[in-house]
Amino acid sequence: MLQAQGITAAYGDAQALFGIDFSMQAGEIVALIGANGAGKSTFLKTLTGLLPVKSGSLTFDGQSLNKIDAGDIVKLGLAMVPEGRRLFPSLTVEENLLMGTLSGRQGAWNLARVFKLFPILQEKRYMPSTSLSGGQQQMVAIGRALMSNPRLLLCDEISLGLAPVVIREIYAALPSIVEEGMSLLIVEQDVQLAMQVSSRVVCLQEGLVSLEGKSGELTRDQISKAYFGI
Amino acid sequence: MTEIILQGLLLGGLYALFALGQSLMFGVMRLTNTAQGDFIILGGFFAISMVAATGLSAGWGLLVIIPIAYLAGYALQRFVLNGTLGRDPLPSLVVTFGLSIIIQNLLLEIYSADPRSLEVGNIALASFSLSDITIGVLPLLTFGIAVFATICLQALFSYTSLGRSFRAVSDDREAAQLMGLKPAIVYAQATGIAFMLIALAGGLQAMRTTIAPSDGPMLLLFAFEAVIIGGMGSFWGTLVGALLLGLTQQIGFRLDPGWGIWFGHLMFLVVLVIRPQGLFPKTRG
Repeated sequence: MLQAQGITAAYGDAQALFGIDFSMQAGEIVALIGANGAGKSTFLKTLTGLLPVKSGSLTFDGQSLNKIDAGDIVKLGLAMVPEGRRLFPSLTVEENLLMGTLSGRQGAWNLARVFKLFPILQEKRYMPSTSLSGGQQQMVAIGRALMSNPRLLLCDEISLGLAPVVIREIYAALPSIVEEGMSLLIVEQDVQLAMQVSSRVVCLQEGLVSLEGKSGELTRDQISKAYFGI
Repeated sequence: MTEIILQGLLLGGLYALFALGQSLMFGVMRLTNTAQGDFIILGGFFAISMVAATGLSAGWGLLVIIPIAYLAGYALQRFVLNGTLGRDPLPSLVVTFGLSIIIQNLLLEIYSADPRSLEVGNIALASFSLSDITIGVLPLLTFGIAVFATICLQALFSYTSLGRSFRAVSDDREAAQLMGLKPAIVYAQATGIAFMLIALAGGLQAMRTTIAPSDGPMLLLFAFEAVIIGGMGSFWGTLVGALLLGLTQQIGFRLDPGWGIWFGHLMFLVVLVIRPQGLFPKTRG
């Protein structure tokens, strides 16, 4: 469903991606790993249109994403939980979730379903989003993306800065998210965790794909080499 | 004393209309429109011309120019002001300052320097008495419109999808894009609404008194003072700030006819010294 060929991108003069080839099938859960600065978040930014693709081709369900405005991409069914959650501080929990409905996409996800997945959010629906704990804010960020009923959900470091017990709670929600066939692309620092939840792992190193394989079949040495280059 | 307070509040109502558009544009896109006053005067002259050309009554003329003002504000933001937005506030200040000069000279060219007003007939002078206090119908109507506009704006921001979009784009532009918003369009909608208020303010100002092409900067000052006193980004704050400004000016006028505006500036300075964030600040970081 997602096809990327030779994607390059840059922040001003600083090139960050040097030709990424990547593809995903419908219903797949793929983990994207790599060291800091390897280009993981940059790649997700190009997928969501926040950073323009300099060269290469990017298609989602056969439709080219190269020239599409960032504000239109979520309408095609590609949503992202951004790194650092990026909730809207002046909106309440419920208002943050409702922002997801602006995509106009119909589907299984609505307020009731999100509240069923994360009951604590229903309790705190009228609270300012900034008053929640880190883990609860992450739930809002995930719920907000789900509200747009995406077919491919990008999760950028959803475990960042959270306690292990909270991370387990959040990852425990993933199976019920994908049960209707939603595809997931997860960026995760914790390689162990990434291998556990995904069916395929793609490793980036300095803006290029350095390793790709089934999650169960990669060895520690392979990953370490792809990760650090040594 | 009661009469001074009442007249001051009624004057403040008009100032609130001057200031609400400014407050809205600053709240959504951190843009300080230094041509605010000139746009108000432009709106006033536009209303005068509209009434002269169509033969409509002043009230209907004003209603007709409000949607046109929305389109003008939308286009101005979309095609001119969006290009000036960014981390650096200087480009938008310079561009709106340039617009201010252009508008003043354009108005001077078209309408000459003669003051004009929007004829509203009897209502301009109509008044009624409450015990020993006389209240003008037009100022009272203006005050009512100002309060109504504040309620509408606050409700728009608090309870509608468009209001959520305004707040979201103001909070985090990129995250808003991920939700499917296009900031360029959301900003244009915000300025469109601000310009509806500007046209309304201009029309009412032209009904209340005469307007001349060089009046803009003074109105900008009143608008700016009201917004700062009230606290950036809060509509109720802007209304309260405008009422306080009107009240202080009215007290000054009573003490000495030359002191009114000076008293307003003094009060503004006092607020800046004691409470620089304004009375009801909403703006974060």
